[in-house]
Amino acid sequence: MTSGVKEQETAESIGRSVVSRERTAVEVARIFVERAERTASRLGTYLDRDPERTLAMARDVDARIAAGEKLGPLAGVTVALKDNLCTHGIPTTCGSRILEGYRPPYDAHVVERLRAAGAVFTGKTNCDEFAMGSSTENSAYFPTRNPWDLTRVPGGSSGGSAATVAALEAALALGSDTGGSVRQPAAFCGVLGLKPTYGAVSRYGLVAFASSLDQIGPLARTARDTALLYNAICGRDERDMTSRADARPMDVERLERGVKGMKLGIPRDLIAEGVDPEVRASLDTVAKTLSDEGAEIVDVALPHARYSIATYYLIAPAEASSNLARYDGVRYGFRAKGAPDLQSMYAATRGKGFGREVRRRILLGTYALSAGYYDAYYLRAMKVRTLIRKDFQDALARADAVLLPTTPTPPFKLGEKVDDPLAMYLNDIFSVPASLAGAPALSFPSGLTRSSLPIGMQLVGRPFEEETLLRVARTWERRNADALRVPAIAAGPRG
Amino acid sequence: MTAYETVVGLEVHAQLKTASKIFCSCSTTFGARPNTQVCPVCLGLPGVLPVLNERAVRFAAMTGLAVGAEVAGRSVFARKNYFYPDLPKGYQISQYDRPLCAGGGVDIQVGGTRKRIGLVRIHLEEDAGKSIHPEGREGVTTTLVDLNRSGVPLIEIVSEPEIRSGAEAYDYLTRLKQILVYLDVCDGNMEEGSLRCDANVSVRPQGRAEFGTKTEVKNMNSFRNVERAIAFETERQIALLNAGGRVVQETLLWNADKGTAEPMRSKEEAHDYRYFPEPDLLPLDLTPGWIDSLRSELPELPYQVRERLIREFGVPEYDAEVLTETRSLALYYEEVARRAGNGKLASNWTMTEVNGSRNKAGQSIEEFPVRPDRLGALVKMIAEDRISGKIGKQLFELMLTRPEGPEDLVKSQGLLPIDDDASLRALARDVIAANPGPAAEVKAGKERTFAFLVGQAMKQSRGRAHPEKIQDALRKELGT
Repeated sequence: MTSGVKEQETAESIGRSVVSRERTAVEVARIFVERAERTASRLGTYLDRDPERTLAMARDVDARIAAGEKLGPLAGVTVALKDNLCTHGIPTTCGSRILEGYRPPYDAHVVERLRAAGAVFTGKTNCDEFAMGSSTENSAYFPTRNPWDLTRVPGGSSGGSAATVAALEAALALGSDTGGSVRQPAAFCGVLGLKPTYGAVSRYGLVAFASSLDQIGPLARTARDTALLYNAICGRDERDMTSRADARPMDVERLERGVKGMKLGIPRDLIAEGVDPEVRASLDTVAKTLSDEGAEIVDVALPHARYSIATYYLIAPAEASSNLARYDGVRYGFRAKGAPDLQSMYAATRGKGFGREVRRRILLGTYALSAGYYDAYYLRAMKVRTLIRKDFQDALARADAVLLPTTPTPPFKLGEKVDDPLAMYLNDIFSVPASLAGAPALSFPSGLTRSSLPIGMQLVGRPFEEETLLRVARTWERRNADALRVPAIAAGPRG
Repeated sequence: MTAYETVVGLEVHAQLKTASKIFCSCSTTFGARPNTQVCPVCLGLPGVLPVLNERAVRFAAMTGLAVGAEVAGRSVFARKNYFYPDLPKGYQISQYDRPLCAGGGVDIQVGGTRKRIGLVRIHLEEDAGKSIHPEGREGVTTTLVDLNRSGVPLIEIVSEPEIRSGAEAYDYLTRLKQILVYLDVCDGNMEEGSLRCDANVSVRPQGRAEFGTKTEVKNMNSFRNVERAIAFETERQIALLNAGGRVVQETLLWNADKGTAEPMRSKEEAHDYRYFPEPDLLPLDLTPGWIDSLRSELPELPYQVRERLIREFGVPEYDAEVLTETRSLALYYEEVARRAGNGKLASNWTMTEVNGSRNKAGQSIEEFPVRPDRLGALVKMIAEDRISGKIGKQLFELMLTRPEGPEDLVKSQGLLPIDDDASLRALARDVIAANPGPAAEVKAGKERTFAFLVGQAMKQSRGRAHPEKIQDALRKELGT
């Protein structure tokens, strides 16, 4: 295999050892709790972390196994949950002050599934406020730091989830991806991040940002681990009318089948400009390696993808402006005190409770939907979206997957783009197209820069062909010398 | 002075009688303790999603079919965005440019004139919660919000501006309610809030095609108040125009106590609802097969029942209208008529005696103690001339409080009719003997006094004497 971490640290091997009772879930949980005790406050990975609660969950899993219950591959596996996933009785803030202390009275669908599977939660991870951002600097509480370089961002909005997996504080994590929020932090933190096909995973209990784009996605350190987590959460849920039965668990062994005969399409036009040379070099290495493994590299065109940012930054804020209207101080969360009347209460609550980026997007979205502008902005953006979707359909008729970088650059420094929203938005230029198309998209670690910063490559596939993407990533993983490398902060005494 | 024409369009919101709400499985039962029929979905908590209630779609489509509207093969839900404490998500899920139904109409009749009021559309949406404001409550400054109603399914029925008076509006609402109640999709109760109505009112000079500026009048809690509000607003607008003023487009609240409509005090900016298609719900696709099958399952509509009663039982239109006020009454009547074998007689009894009696007692037709089997038997006896109408009425009164049928009561109460020759002649002789003066008058040719003698005979026999035959008997005994 590879250098670095003991094999037992993959979720797959943890689950196996717990099911076979080689180790207890409590023993496993202790390892991860201790690691988090050492690194979580430095990294700022968690908004809510309760070692006692984690250990109690682990004890429950052990009790279920002792009682003879047959648990699956995630038994005793530690999973971190992004703080926009509702967890019953456990604070869910979405990185915002407006939900400070809010405890949902129900579990999200994916949380229910993971509990049933015997997973053990390490806590709720930090994120950009309401999932709006690409660096986790928009969290109202504190930023998260990239485990590979604490002066740099981990990406966003699922920065906490990506960082906690990279730093070995949790074996797996769930994030959410609307325009790249699982894939981009995965790339920046050197882990895998999958955005499933739109509809593959139920959004019930995911605090909505942009309803036609949001998907919950797994973060993991290996392709097989990513598949195991996807398997546990995918499929139709009666509580989400947009969720699809077409999403089915995959046979993890099929990921070992290699890429012989597969066609991978590279959209040269899209990546012609603005790509960091080391990222470009990494793409070439990956393409060459996969070609050596028997894949055919072809060129594909995504002619309308260059309108993606404009399209996304009309549709997503428009839907967000509506989804966030419920945070009005009336029934739950923060309410500004001392307001003389209803309108003032609304304004003060939302003005103080929401951070700048959230307010910016609400204003943008409200504008795009407003009378006189709806046709020119929102409606037109929906039409362009259809064209982008068609571009992918055409490309994926010629290739089995599209291959391109996840981000144009390696991780940037904290504070570097925070005052330039548009520069921040342009980070998403390679991740947003797949979101608009609703296509499954996977970021996998493709190497490190000369300064040991992670680079991620992205695969976009046909609807419900997550298996294809993970198979390609697995093939690369077997040939990648840096797979399973661990950042220095995590390389300490291990259990 | 210019002669003006009233132009009114009505927007009716009807709560659908589904067991659960439109997007979640909470109960819709009226009157529960506040905030007890709620769940994360209808509370609009973070992370929830709507799931469409199929029954609500059925009820809405049935309504469309019943009024002759076109049911769309594809309709789309849309978000109507605005802020208010009883609207938990900050938007209402409704339908905007692709509603479930388009067209159709409601036939009305005012003062003998029939016309059809066209409908623009019918669409599905969710209800908001209720705000209980402190107005009029001493020392209370807090508004309370009850979200039990949040998420109850509504259909919004929009009429064309073809209504020309308060009276037409009243009849339109009555007919529309009747259809909804016949379909069993709505209780149609304005006082309880299961039916709500807003009126768009404008006036224009007779003969002018362009519409005048319209105002929206809200807060009418009965059909009568809708009628009154329209009359008020029409007069106000006409007076304003005649004085050289202009009608301002605004929303007015009807004040039933004062009998006036006043502009809403809160300075409301015109709402920009920023409608866009609801991304959490897929477009609603209904196949022609589904629609046809629904159409074939429609129960008999009021106009169909009326036509049938006229056809099968020979009752006039007026009777058919009264008898079909509710389906229960129509069913009641039908059974009576079948048993009695006489449609018109059964109708008279139902309209006059039954309705009269139960209205006095405040009873619904379901509660009314004389069921169709007994009444049918009674009317049959009258139809077959076995008892008089008068005796029938006496039996009816008895049947209100006693369980026996008319045959048994006639016997037990000694109400058997006297219609054999010998008894009648004997009775006639008795009456003549007891009233020599009047008898002499009649013999002398004063016809009018004959009626008095007939009356005495009926009185003495407690109504049991056969009304025609006793007259023959008297004449024979008098020798006239």
